Formats: sequence, C-alpha cells, structure tokens
Amino acid sequence: MTRLYGSRGWIALAAFSAALLIVVPLLALAVPAGNPFHLSEYWVSLAGKFLCYAIVALAMDLVWGYAGILSLGHGLFFALGGYAMGMYLMRQIGLDGVYHRPLPDFMVFLDWKAYPWYWSFTDHFLYAAALVVLVPGLLAFVFGWFAFRSRIKGVYFSIITQALTYAAMLLFFRNETGFGGNNGFTDFKRILGFPIATLDMRVVLYALSAAALLGTLLLGRWLVTSKFGRVLAAIRDAEQRVMFCGYDTGHYKLFVWTLSAVLCGIAGALYVPQVGIINPSEMSPANSIEVAIWVAVGGRGTLAGAVIGAALVNGAKSFFTQEFPDIWLYFLGLLFILVTLFMPRGVMGLLGRRKAA
Amino acid sequence: MSDASVGHLVEQRLDATHGVVLYLDGISVSFDGFKALNALSLAIDAGELRCVIGPNGAGKTTMMDVITGKTRPDAGTAFFGQAIDLSRLTEAEIAQAGIGRKFQKPTIFEQHSVFENLELAMKADKRVRSTLFARLDSEARDRIAAMIERVGLAGAADRVAGLLSHGQKQWLEIGMLLMQEPRLLLLDEPVAGMSDHETERTAELFLTLAGRHSLVVVEHDMAFIASIARKVTVLNEGSVLAEGPLEAVQNDPRVIEVYLGR
Repeated sequence: MTRLYGSRGWIALAAFSAALLIVVPLLALAVPAGNPFHLSEYWVSLAGKFLCYAIVALAMDLVWGYAGILSLGHGLFFALGGYAMGMYLMRQIGLDGVYHRPLPDFMVFLDWKAYPWYWSFTDHFLYAAALVVLVPGLLAFVFGWFAFRSRIKGVYFSIITQALTYAAMLLFFRNETGFGGNNGFTDFKRILGFPIATLDMRVVLYALSAAALLGTLLLGRWLVTSKFGRVLAAIRDAEQRVMFCGYDTGHYKLFVWTLSAVLCGIAGALYVPQVGIINPSEMSPANSIEVAIWVAVGGRGTLAGAVIGAALVNGAKSFFTQEFPDIWLYFLGLLFILVTLFMPRGVMGLLGRRKAA
Repeated sequence: MSDASVGHLVEQRLDATHGVVLYLDGISVSFDGFKALNALSLAIDAGELRCVIGPNGAGKTTMMDVITGKTRPDAGTAFFGQAIDLSRLTEAEIAQAGIGRKFQKPTIFEQHSVFENLELAMKADKRVRSTLFARLDSEARDRIAAMIERVGLAGAADRVAGLLSHGQKQWLEIGMLLMQEPRLLLLDEPVAGMSDHETERTAELFLTLAGRHSLVVVEHDMAFIASIARKVTVLNEGSVLAEGPLEAVQNDPRVIEVYLGR
C-alpha cells in the first residue's frame, strides 16, 4: 500500500500531465482551425468537463475506496460548488439579460425587486470562490459530525446521503428558493470581465481544471501514502480494532469526508463556466450513483483508477447519448453488473493482474 | 468526541498507588431484559495475571465490552487506577489511557503488511493532525522490528497480514497490543485455533508479561489456564461465582455444577 506509484507510476503521471497541460492547449490554440488536429471549443469544453468529473471521482475514491464510506450524495457537493460559482456568473451578466435589468432574468420573472440576502457580495469573485469551498465544506462537516458521532455507517449512511441530495434537489427546484428553479442558471456572458464563450477562455478554464485535477491527484497520493491513509484503510477493514488502538475514528472520517466534499465543490465551480449551465438535475440521486460507478469501474482505492473510470464511463456516455441515446441507461446498468461480477477491482485490477502474470 | 477536559485525564499517569489497576464495582448490563452482567465486582492488581472462566453467556465478553467502552453499564462503576472513570471515556480514549484488547476472533488489518499493522498500533499521538505528518524514526522502526521478532513473525514484515495463518494472526494481534504499551491487557480466548506448540509459547509470553503489565485472560482451554493461572475468577450469569487459586476453584462444588462438570 505504501508502494503506490513506483517510478513507473511517476512516469505515467508526468506523461498524463504533459498531455493535459501542453498537448491539448497546443492543439486548440496553435493548430489552425480546419486542420484535422485542431481542437474546437466543443472538444476543449468536453475535455474540461471530464477533468471536473475526474476530480469528483478522486474525491469519491478517498471516502469510499480508502475509508469505506459509500456516499450516494456527492453530486450535492458538486452542485453546491457549481451554484456558488453560478451566482457570480449571473451577477457578471449585468444588464445584458433578456430584460436588461440589474437582476437575473428569473428574478425579474418572479417580480422580485432586489436580490435576496444570501446573494449579497456574490458579485465579488473572491467571495464567490470562498463560498465554493465553504458551503459544501460546512454542510459536509455538520452532516458528517452528526452522522459519524451517531456511528451511522454502511448502507444506512449511503441511504441518508442519497436522501440529502434528493431533498436539496427538491428545494432547488422551487422558484422561491432563489436559484432559478428548474432552469437553474445559464446564459453566462463573462467571467472576471472577459467574455466566456471564446476559445481562449475555454482553454484557460480547461487548463485550470487540469491543474486542479493534478493537484487533487498529488494531494490524494500524499494522503493515502501517509500514516493517515493507512489509518483510513484500516478503518475501512476493521474499524473496531482502529478504535481499540486509540484512534478516534470519527475524527478521521469527518476529516476525509469534509475534504472530499470541498474537492467536489471546487470541481463543480470549474464545471459550470465550461458547460454554461447549472440546474437542480445535478443533485438528482442518479448523478451521485453514477459517480460511484465511475470509481467502481476504474478500481476502488487506487486513485488513478478513479480518473480512468471517470474518463471511460463518461466517454462511453458521450458516445452513446449521441449515437444511440435510447440504450445508454441499459449500457450503464450492464456495465455496473459486469464490473461487479467480473472486475471487482476495476480496470486497475486488470492492469495489476497483467503485470503480475 | 467527549468533552475536552477528559483529554487531560487520559494524559495524566495512571495512578495505581493502591495496587489496583482495574476496579469494577456492582456493574450491571442488560440487553432487552436479559441481564448480561449482574452486579459484577472485580479488582485486578497491578502486574497481576488473572484468568477468567465461565460457561457461555456468563458475561465474559460483555465484561470486556464494559471495560473498553464498547458497552455502557446500566449501573455500577468502572475505574482504571484510582482516577480514571472508564464510563466517561470513549473506546479510543480508554485505549490511549492504557487498556489493550484482543478480540475472540483475531482482528487485524488484513490488507496491511505485518509491519504496518504494528506501526498503526504503536503508541503515538493518534490525533488526525499528528497522523497526517507522522514520520517513522529509526528508533520506532527498531521497536517494530523487535516486536516482529518477538511474536515469531521474523521475515514476514512485508507479508500482507491477511495471508498469515490463524495462529500467526493471533500473535500479530498480541504484538499490536504490546506496541500500544498498555498497562492492562484484556485477552479474549488468545489461544483459540493455535497449535500446541504455539499455545505453549503463548503461555511463556504471558508469564513474562505479567509483572510489568496486568493481564486478564478469558479462556476455555483448561490446560492453558493451568499453565499460566495464579488466580482464577469464575463468572456465571453475570456475576462472580468463585475466585481464588485454580486448584481451590476447580474443587468448588458450585463451579463443578455450573461449568467444569459439564
């Protein structure tokens, strides 16, 4: 376990970083449009979106793969980070909305005269960035504090997280909640004053996502190779023994749980300007379950597997929903069954077996 | 998870000035009307090796649950030394105070190596922040290596613990307890599943531990009890039926009636 990422792992990571941070931006910016190797806005945004999903998968792997806590509500933290960034992007629209008023269109539509109190200061980017971290972090901390103190675990914990994201989705669907109801936020115009729908801005957002993913990967690696990571894995395998060794396991779970939620929030904040929309469907239970599937497909408790799983499943999803939209859900279900039956350790398990042979 | 002042209590040294390391007084525990412990009183002296026997359901494991904080007593007091009230501490705080527990079924970290199992158990600051930045110094490595030797796992430091034999797992768990440097060890059926040779060596180990540590051993293996016993406590229906030297207890008609005679 301590030998995760030998020299081969570091070489793979360096190649991965170079591809993310150098090759993709070059193909988008330096290769002229019309050249078959040119990456258009669409592809850059799609790649950026995948990177955000990969961050969520890593966050999920930390709590599920290492600490054994299966969350079926991680989409909530992702969406909250996205909404926090979305509030700032809505304020950046200024007077350019459909109604040309200083309020977002949906508030004009509701005949509201002023921003509700919780929209205060959201026109400041740094404040919105703080919300991206603090809102999911605080919610996770409070929820986790009660859940872990009450020693809720296993399937009970999973069901409660599922209920939590579902309840939040219903709340956000209401127009009166003040977050745009079922349409959410969209039609963003600019970020920090720069127009948002240009190739340059797409590449910048993409590169930030890539940097965030690599940072998360390194942070995750540092965590799981530390003694802290060994305690987490021990909690997953024999929590009582860890307690009787003198560790307060609740504190360990609360720390990694909150960190995981914060990472999801950051991923959501990077995701929203790239896809151009955030609405309550991001909080739907199915979305959170999909995150668990990404990690299971890639291989739990491996970090790299989470990234691979997120890329594979979402790649397949993009392909199927475009070419064969009707069978995507069947494919997803089949994939989960096959992985559970034949690849309990996911893609990483297959790679490991080949190496051993 | 309990209030911060308890932390200080744990930090202070165990006060065993009156020679008693563990003191249970009138402990009662019931589960849905079933009295698992019924006004149990028991005192363990510092450095003592005490064997606890009794029929199934006598309350042996529940007694250990109460001492280690897993189960809260409905009535009675449990003190570790003179000053530490066990009923106010969490499992982790009790372990830090110096009580180690071996489970009936060997409970080790199956996916960690032998070395890592002992590393995690080793006495240290076990709060999250210290654990994040913990580094093993060479002195700690030497202590782990010495313990691997002592529990007969030389050469298996990097072996995944799940691959060990049953007896080896029992020994690894005992090694983990010792890494915690406990004042009191609670051992629930430590030789179950061990070969005769392993059992013999375990008896030797326990005899060398007594004196510096206090041990409470729950066992059914009477030959093993005979090889280590000084003082034996017989539990029945949640309270102490008899207590004394093994020979006296073995000849006690009440003990024969409920336990040995069957």
